[in-house]
Amino acid sequence: MEQIALELHNLRVYYGNFLAIKDVNLSIPRNQITAIIGPSGVGKSTLLRAINRMNELVPGCRTEGEIIFDGRNIYDPKVDPAEIRRRIGMVFQKPNPFPKSIYENIAWGLRINGFRESRAQMDEAVEGALRAAALWDEVKDKLHQSGLSLSGGQQQRLCIARVIALQPEVILLDEPASALDPIATLKIEELMRELKRDYTLVIVTHNMQQAARVSDYTAMMMLTGEGERSGTVIEFDRTKVIFTNPRDKRTEDYVTGRFG
Amino acid sequence: MIANRYRLPSSPFRSDGLHQRRKWEERAVKAILLLLALVSVLTTLGIIYVLFQETVLFFRQVSFAQFFLDTRWTPLFLSKRFGIWPLVNGTVLVATGAMMVALPLGLLAAIFMSEFANERVRRILKPFLEVLAGVPTVVYGYFALTFITPILRAIFPQTQIFNAASAAIAMGFMILPMVASLSEDALYAVPNSLREAAYALGATRWEVATQVVVPAALSGIAAAFILAISRAVGETMIVAIAAGQQPKLTLNPLESIETMTAYIVQVSLGDTPHGTLEYQTIFAVGMMLFLMTLGMNVASHLLARRFREVYE
Amino acid sequence: MTTDDGRRTTDHRPQTTNYGRQAVRAGWGVAPTFEPNLPRRKVMGMVWEGVALLAILLGIAMLLTLLVKVFVDGLPYLRPQLFTEFPSRFPDKAGLRSALQGSIWLMVMTALLSFPLGVGAGIYLEEFAPKNALTRFIEINVANLAGVPSIIYGLLGLGLFVRGLGLGRSLLAGVLTMTLVILPIIIVSTREALRAVPASIREAALALGASRWEMVRDHVLVYSMGGILTGMILALSRAIGETAPLITIGALTYIAFDLRGPLDIFTVLPIQIFNWVSMPQEAFHRLAAAGIIVLLALLLTMNALAIWLRNRLQKRW
Repeated sequence: MEQIALELHNLRVYYGNFLAIKDVNLSIPRNQITAIIGPSGVGKSTLLRAINRMNELVPGCRTEGEIIFDGRNIYDPKVDPAEIRRRIGMVFQKPNPFPKSIYENIAWGLRINGFRESRAQMDEAVEGALRAAALWDEVKDKLHQSGLSLSGGQQQRLCIARVIALQPEVILLDEPASALDPIATLKIEELMRELKRDYTLVIVTHNMQQAARVSDYTAMMMLTGEGERSGTVIEFDRTKVIFTNPRDKRTEDYVTGRFG
Repeated sequence: MIANRYRLPSSPFRSDGLHQRRKWEERAVKAILLLLALVSVLTTLGIIYVLFQETVLFFRQVSFAQFFLDTRWTPLFLSKRFGIWPLVNGTVLVATGAMMVALPLGLLAAIFMSEFANERVRRILKPFLEVLAGVPTVVYGYFALTFITPILRAIFPQTQIFNAASAAIAMGFMILPMVASLSEDALYAVPNSLREAAYALGATRWEVATQVVVPAALSGIAAAFILAISRAVGETMIVAIAAGQQPKLTLNPLESIETMTAYIVQVSLGDTPHGTLEYQTIFAVGMMLFLMTLGMNVASHLLARRFREVYE
Repeated sequence: MTTDDGRRTTDHRPQTTNYGRQAVRAGWGVAPTFEPNLPRRKVMGMVWEGVALLAILLGIAMLLTLLVKVFVDGLPYLRPQLFTEFPSRFPDKAGLRSALQGSIWLMVMTALLSFPLGVGAGIYLEEFAPKNALTRFIEINVANLAGVPSIIYGLLGLGLFVRGLGLGRSLLAGVLTMTLVILPIIIVSTREALRAVPASIREAALALGASRWEMVRDHVLVYSMGGILTGMILALSRAIGETAPLITIGALTYIAFDLRGPLDIFTVLPIQIFNWVSMPQEAFHRLAAAGIIVLLALLLTMNALAIWLRNRLQKRW
């Protein structure tokens, strides 16, 4: 078994009085790709956004339980969410580059996080991030064009590069390919396999094939609790096991397409 | 069977007369409404016609060269001079001062409302700004003359009773809510995904607001700013009350000046006979004012449209 | 390597060691130096947020100062004579009688004229106008008219109504001018109110075989009337405080008789206030402040009415 990057203990997320995520316990292995799957509305994104405290930006959202990261509970009051978000990066469902140049899209995150190096080293950092996101060759001649001028797939890789530049330990991806065409999707998936050497990846996907293709581990979520309204992880295992020999009947129904 | 119980008249909808009547009614209504809508076009044509007609008469007696090159404006004196620049100078001086108040405060207010305030705080603060915008300009003029000017004179003893600064400050606060509200709309239109992206990189709230949201809304904010300047240039009562009636070329805000609008008021207060050169001057000045504000409004409109195109 | 505040940072790289190895593998040439310095950024952010709040509070403080100043100045003159007397050279005998009459007449007549004009134009643009060049032209035209300084409307009124139609400095000339000033506001607010009626309602009406006009008349217009009237009242409250266009058409006159009809000369509240402010004597300034209190009270009543109407008539979809 691999080293553990993140440990979720009894995690609960409320929107107002509504319990959206119920008692999730999960150990996410380091330098692996963990997929979170499950029917829509089950709270996959909510769970993902709990991991870097993005949920706090939603008014009325409250989180209970612990997430242990680097020996600390990230929900400890002493922990600053901004610091957590730098170390646990996030890629969103729709590409959301800043309406700035490609270069600035990457440099900005570095700059606000106190990257105080020379211009040459900034150039190098931008190049490094773009190379790591397999985007460098496509954009090296137009670094000062707007990030919005890129195609959807390129924009999404730019968003990944923007995260990589900050050298996070974990990268969360919220259905990163759902707005992209199949070729761009393939590139993102290749990139993810590439990135797992250096990072721990957690991906939410509604696409079973994608989960089977790219992930090492899979967490299956389902609605449970009173009136089946709160989502929780019902099964977590190696992806191979989840897709070939799941223990839970609901998982089997879902991955084989018999669900709902 | 239902069909048996609820039998409709055999052919109730064949009444050609009814059909014809409705068709004509529809056409007539549409034509009448179009005419009502065209009143606004007639208004614009009317403005252009009236201004143009009198301005042409004005320029039959005063050359373009004098209007745009002379540095003095004294149409009401015995020795008449018709250089527009002193009035433009006064207008620009007051508008600049007003913008120094309204733009920074308005933008900060907008950032606070859009990015920091929660719904409850917004609901408390917003009505105040709306009231601030709804106070008639003549009231601001009164306030400038009887409150701001004495304070200015206490701080800077050389301040004249009527001065540009006092009017500019009052005008700045009058325009603040407009800047705040239009800029807030622009900030609000920036999609949340950009804010999330910035937060996810570890940015603080202030960094997200000023380094991501404001730059993303820049053309919308610029449109708001230009509209505010146009409003300041066309504002009349505050300057007519508090800024004086001395057209001159000066950059000193503590001096008495005269704006284009204040000049029009000044002439309107006297009993200037129709057809005289004095009467025509206000239309020439009005034409100048109309063209300046029209240019700014069009520029603002284009910027705002570009902004909307980015995010829709 | 030094930071903004000049501190040497070479030995002070808490993040570097942790990520250096990863970085090289991810394609970095060198391991970068991060110094997020979050506490300082947080504090700076909070300071600036405070400054932003201060900007709003400054505006509010200004408003409150203005109100207090006006009330302190004007309260002593807020007495029955203010409402019953005509203007006078003597502050103690001067009142707002003719100005109040003028303002009320002006408001009622402007409302009667601008309502059909503005609402009709709004209905046309929102419900009937085809998407063509003429419609676009009208729309751009309305948007631009909203930005034309009100004093320009005064010049229009002077040239067109006072001189052109020979109405002189009459109330009717003032009403026509003021109608044009607030027309763009009414058109825009009418369109907003109409737009708030959901498409499903329109479709339901059309699906029953209604013509467009029948749909508008019996449904859209009925449901949006709350919003339309609210916009109408707000436009009128703009009209009642508007001074410049009426001065330009020459409404600043000494009037010591009751208004009898639309062709009489007239004056209105803000003009009387302006007149008193322009006097050198302190007593007239206080009289002006009393006039301002009356004007603000009138505005407040209208706004309260608008809010009441909005809550009462506006549908929630």
